[in-house]
Amino acid sequence: MFEAFKTRAEGVGAEVHRVATREEALLFVRWFLETERINESPGSGALWAKSALLDGVPESEIPRHPGLSHDVSRDRAAQAKLGISEAQWGVADTGSLVLDQGAPEQRLVSSLPTIHLALLPTGNILAGKAQVFEKMNPATSKYIAFITGPSRTADIERVLTIGVHGPERLVIVCIDDVEGGPYE
Amino acid sequence: MNKEFKAKIDRAVNNANLTGALGKFSEAYKVNRAKAYEGIDFEELRDRVAGIKSEAAADLDALAAEFQRNAEALGAKVFRTSDPHQVKEYILKVAQEAGVKTVVKSKSMATEEIHLNPYLVKNGISVAETDLGEWIIQLAGQTPSHMVMPAIHLTKEEVAELFSKEVEERLAADIPRLVKVARNELRPKFLAADMGISGGNIAVAETGSIVLVTNEGNARLVTTLPRIHVAVIGVEKLIKEFAGVAPILEALPRSATAQLLTSYVSIISGPTENEDGSPKELHIVLMDNRRSEMAKDPKFKQALQCIRCGSCLNVCPIFRLVGGHVFGDIYTGGIGTILTAWFDELKKSEDIQGLCIQCGNCTQVCPGKIDIPELILEIRRRLVLEQGQPFMQKAIFSVVNNRRMFHGMLRAASLAGKPFTSGKFIRHLPMFLAELTDGRSLPAIADKPFRDQFRDIKQPVCAEKAVFYAGCLMDFAYPEMGVALVKLLNKAGIEVLFPEEQTCCGAPALYNGAYEVAAQNAADNITALLAANARYVVSACPTCTVALAHDFSKTLESVGKTEWLPKAKELAAKTVDLSTLVKRLVDEGRLSFKEGEQLGAVTYHDSCHLKRTLKVFEEPRELLEKAGYQVTEMFECDMCCGMGGSYSIKLPEISAPILQRKLANIKETGARVVAMDCPGCVMQIRGGMDQDGAQVRVQHSVELLVDRIKE
Ligand code: SF4
Ligand code: SF4
Repeated sequence: MFEAFKTRAEGVGAEVHRVATREEALLFVRWFLETERINESPGSGALWAKSALLDGVPESEIPRHPGLSHDVSRDRAAQAKLGISEAQWGVADTGSLVLDQGAPEQRLVSSLPTIHLALLPTGNILAGKAQVFEKMNPATSKYIAFITGPSRTADIERVLTIGVHGPERLVIVCIDDVEGGPYE
Repeated sequence: MNKEFKAKIDRAVNNANLTGALGKFSEAYKVNRAKAYEGIDFEELRDRVAGIKSEAAADLDALAAEFQRNAEALGAKVFRTSDPHQVKEYILKVAQEAGVKTVVKSKSMATEEIHLNPYLVKNGISVAETDLGEWIIQLAGQTPSHMVMPAIHLTKEEVAELFSKEVEERLAADIPRLVKVARNELRPKFLAADMGISGGNIAVAETGSIVLVTNEGNARLVTTLPRIHVAVIGVEKLIKEFAGVAPILEALPRSATAQLLTSYVSIISGPTENEDGSPKELHIVLMDNRRSEMAKDPKFKQALQCIRCGSCLNVCPIFRLVGGHVFGDIYTGGIGTILTAWFDELKKSEDIQGLCIQCGNCTQVCPGKIDIPELILEIRRRLVLEQGQPFMQKAIFSVVNNRRMFHGMLRAASLAGKPFTSGKFIRHLPMFLAELTDGRSLPAIADKPFRDQFRDIKQPVCAEKAVFYAGCLMDFAYPEMGVALVKLLNKAGIEVLFPEEQTCCGAPALYNGAYEVAAQNAADNITALLAANARYVVSACPTCTVALAHDFSKTLESVGKTEWLPKAKELAAKTVDLSTLVKRLVDEGRLSFKEGEQLGAVTYHDSCHLKRTLKVFEEPRELLEKAGYQVTEMFECDMCCGMGGSYSIKLPEISAPILQRKLANIKETGARVVAMDCPGCVMQIRGGMDQDGAQVRVQHSVELLVDRIKE
């Protein structure tokens, strides 16, 4: 399932990584903050929206980085270079992420910054939309978001161009051993 | 057709930028669409989509009420109205009460339909379209030319020009750079806006949800940043159950942009919170604007199965030539013609309905399974009912309805030598007769029509008999094709009968909306063809075959002559096109081809009616191969040749470039022979080749096959 997901997601321009544990995922995030030179100057910050994956992680383990904040506001989101959030489900046949975005902060971090980094439990990749809708539907979420690759347009001469109003990059980190996925 | 409209067409056809870009796009679209549907049973999928949508259309009122209940239970405000003006008033009221100064919009055809933007602007509210294509046309002061790609008619140079003016800086025609400019210009507008207006691709009654399908990410911002969100949705977007969302999401992106899924799909069920914790105001406007009336119309209700994917435009030979604006300001292409006739007014469709050449390409790809050409014919019929037949057409059709007089005139024409150069009356005969006078290389009326030659053909007496329905073109212009057909069937031990009472198949009248005339033609032919008691009724003209096998009953039913239906069905059951029959005879071992000779390459042109209505395309190729030809496929083998009956007379400016494309594709194969199964296509393509001077023989298959049969 992961391989199919990865192929499809990369096919539409997402970057897909896979790590074994939550700890590795946190390391990846640290590394990513470094490489993207996240810092406190305007336009260079990062925002991390509330994420179930961080529940129970000791304070000391949660990545700290200059310019990274967990306190999401629209002004900060508008200024951020990177937004981090958690995706609940993956869809193998289209390479999509499915996110419960009822809370506005989830949308702000995944739509305003230039890069969206999404954390996804590998075990939560399902075959298709129909399977996803058995888990997440209007009864469970007021704002269901499917995200498939970065923002794109072909409105000028049908030439595909990435990054119109949403993120230019979508980075997906799949985490293997988050037992059974926290969303069942 | 009025002059202004003709001028519009002329401008469009001569706009090389436009036709070049659209042509390339439609060629690429076909390939990409096929790829997007790989591994998917399209017929099964569209059956489901059409089923979901037609079920909803049958129950619009109840669904709208259910949607309202459920969405309101979640905290949304739902406003239902059939009057477009009330939609505008409602939105203005919401805006004024909340002190809204600025609005950002994501794409919504429903708001285009009611001209919302100018209304809000007039009332002092500033409106920014944020979909890139919509923003471009907003800056240009234009209307969308395509429902999915509103600015497809503009080049990057034109866009650079518009953006340069907007940002007061000289911008190069560099697409990624222009997209960045749009991002930077629109971002502050998003952040400042008090109200976001969106459309909706689906509205689910069961859950009160709306579904937005986009690529750019603007709809996410429009529904998130401003404190008020207004969604304007046509009631045809309603579906009953949430389970219907998945199949529509399978089809819509694949058909619209050849994507497996768009970048973003948002399913919103009731208002969420604003960032500061206050509840968002969510207003959902369900707009009817004649949709319920349409749902009650036995013919047009199927148009509500449309999911607005735009693929019917992408494959339409006319759209790709003239673009959207010739069709009008809002909904364009074939489906746009139908929607304009309803949402605007029937009269508005008077000129544009004539643009459809009835090729059926759109119907083949429509995920809503809408028979667009048939609905366009129905518009023609209603225009005729409402306004009456134009005087000259009426006279013509009354002649066609009088077989003796009609055939007499045809004979007179051949005797006169130079056909129909004088006398208005005859010069304006529909279809082929008018063709003959068009000053192109067209066949003269044969000296001796098939019906006269037939009497002299010596046939073996056989137990099995087939009635031959020649159709006007074969009878009076290409009798040699008929003679070949008789010879071919004789070799299989079938005796051919030719009832002389047979007359015009009624297609010219039908395609001009004159159903009464077509119905009379149908009745006359049914009587004539069934009187001779034969096993088959065979035709070598696909348009005639479709008339006999499909249109007769439909036409007779439309005009209320239901007493004819059993006989029409009997005739339909006996009717077979020549290729299918010959293929069957070959399979049964009753006909076989001479062996051992390589006859070289032939390329095959699929006629619209044969390929898409009768679904026959393998048979003729297989027969040509068996006969010793090597079939070399041309590019777009099943694209219309531009003939379309009287179309090439009424709209030569469109027909001619379509023909030129066809000729180029034929020549490109290097084959010296092009085969087809329709005398109308032969007429068009042979005439074109003759003018072109190319050394390519244009033949009806029957002429190629007959000499290759073993005695
Ligand atoms: S039938 Fe052909 S010409 Fe008419 S709308 Fe459809 S694709 Fe266009
Ligand atoms: S008519 Fe069919 S093909 Fe055309 S836009 Fe509607 S659903 Fe798509």
